[in-house]
Amino acid sequence: MLEFHDVTKRYGNGKPAVNNLNLTIEKGEFVCFIGPSGCGKTTTMKMVNRLIDVTEGAILVDGKNIKEQDPVELRRSIGYVIQQIGLMPHMTIRENIVLVGTLLKWRKEKKDERARELIKLVNLPEEYLDKYPHELSGGQQQRIGVLRALAANPPLILMDEPFGALDPITRDALQEEFKKLQRELNKTIVFVTHDMDEALKLGDRIVIMKDGEIVQVDTPEEILRNPANEFVEEFLGKDRLIQGRPDVTTVGQIMNSTPITVKIGTTLKAAITKMRDERVDSLLITDSDNVLRGFLDIESINNNYKKASTVEEVMETDIYSVSQDSLLRDAIHKILRRGAQYVPIVDEGHRLVGIVTRATLATLVYDTIWGDGTEFEEIVAHAE
Amino acid sequence: MMDFFATHGNELIIKSWEHLYISVAAILLGVLVAIPLGILLSRAPNFADRFISFVGILQTIPSLAILAFFIPILGVGKLPAIIALFFYSLLPILRNTYIGIRDVNPGVVEAGKGMGMSALQSIIKVEFPMALPVIMAGVRLSTVYLIGWATLAAFIGGGGLGDFIFDGLNLYQPSLIIAGTVPATILALIADRLLANLENRMTPEGLKDSYETV
Repeated sequence: MLEFHDVTKRYGNGKPAVNNLNLTIEKGEFVCFIGPSGCGKTTTMKMVNRLIDVTEGAILVDGKNIKEQDPVELRRSIGYVIQQIGLMPHMTIRENIVLVGTLLKWRKEKKDERARELIKLVNLPEEYLDKYPHELSGGQQQRIGVLRALAANPPLILMDEPFGALDPITRDALQEEFKKLQRELNKTIVFVTHDMDEALKLGDRIVIMKDGEIVQVDTPEEILRNPANEFVEEFLGKDRLIQGRPDVTTVGQIMNSTPITVKIGTTLKAAITKMRDERVDSLLITDSDNVLRGFLDIESINNNYKKASTVEEVMETDIYSVSQDSLLRDAIHKILRRGAQYVPIVDEGHRLVGIVTRATLATLVYDTIWGDGTEFEEIVAHAE
Repeated sequence: MMDFFATHGNELIIKSWEHLYISVAAILLGVLVAIPLGILLSRAPNFADRFISFVGILQTIPSLAILAFFIPILGVGKLPAIIALFFYSLLPILRNTYIGIRDVNPGVVEAGKGMGMSALQSIIKVEFPMALPVIMAGVRLSTVYLIGWATLAAFIGGGGLGDFIFDGLNLYQPSLIIAGTVPATILALIADRLLANLENRMTPEGLKDSYETV
């Protein structure tokens, strides 16, 4: 969809604003460019619709070099949203939305229809079409700014800190709305921001830039998990890295490592005693090598008490377990989806090492909300 | 008073018409030249400041002198009067056009460009309409000045209400001086009001409120 090949932008003879940038963006991808001011993110974006010309290298949109296209035509085929919103104050909302249509000389009916179609996307009433921009709130204005970029249905949209000038609540609402819209419409978005939360929230991939060069390109999860270097870590901030921690926690770290077990060969009677002593309604069954073989719950004992005498006769062997190295969030997802009360944790040899119960998860949630004190330790450790 | 109108009534109407004709012709010329020039200047801001100060210097030449300078070139009559007045109309219109265009919100201009407006479309659809209130204020100011200065046209045989004033001065007849001055003032006031109306009508709908609040 969008390719950068060794793109360099130099002003005069000084240091390049963008240096030898290579990047490929797939169709339908939402890519956030982020970095400190002056890192070249906006320059990179503006080179795509030729508001700024490339010094060296090539930018390809749908395989075609933009240098070989007429800049005016090119811009009409690419959506563009800017921070200052930039609605034409002397035009009605309708005229603003279909501005590109006017430039492309659409018929009046087509423009009207498109304007009505679009304003529905952002849940504004049709009467707004005849209002002027100054009659709308900032958030509403930027919604119109986004619609204007969508008017000619361009496959690619460039956004230059579009939500930067809005108050936090409106910004949040617009981000949600826009992310949803993007998924529905399957547009390719190049989104420039300096707000890391915004990038983490919206981006399918994040491009972190510094001094005109790409430092790291990855999914938000991957960036939180494996920041490429100290700059990225610093840019993310310690808070976010800690916040990102539940994502990278493995089940091994939070599991209860003393599950209640019985060995194969135990009699049912002994098993029942164990259940009563430990106040549990279910037992994990292991063999002499501590390999997980199955489980036994109170119900199956009830049903088979008369017929059987040892645990292996009545135990359920179809037991679902999770490796101790798997990620917590994946494990949580599995527990919740299966409606399981607990999940046994095993090592590579399928040996039982622990258990994660719903209570474990509740404790984890509690710690996340109220803090378990480790944040301070980590910060101190980091400082040292 | 009645006597005066009886003897000079006809002449008064003719002279008022001449006066208006000279002023309007000069102002129209000024608009036709200064607005495009101002837009051009807005594309070259470095040059614009110097150019506008130069036009400002032209403006400081006493009007009588400029009228006199034109006699050897264009002779006497209405045309040299109109040309001389035209030079005076330039500065306010030129400066307001330049400033008006320059001060159009750059975000709006960038948005237009980014949507794929050509330079000409940007001027016609965005910059000019948005600068219009400021440009019109310049035209209004120019017009009011010009109607006053047009009395000097009589000095080089251009006619107009100035004829009364010069006659009055030569013949020591205060009534003639007043007969030249009062209609010129009235003309200026009417022109100002009309242009204010026009300005209001030409201000794009969406800009009115924002200007009113300012």
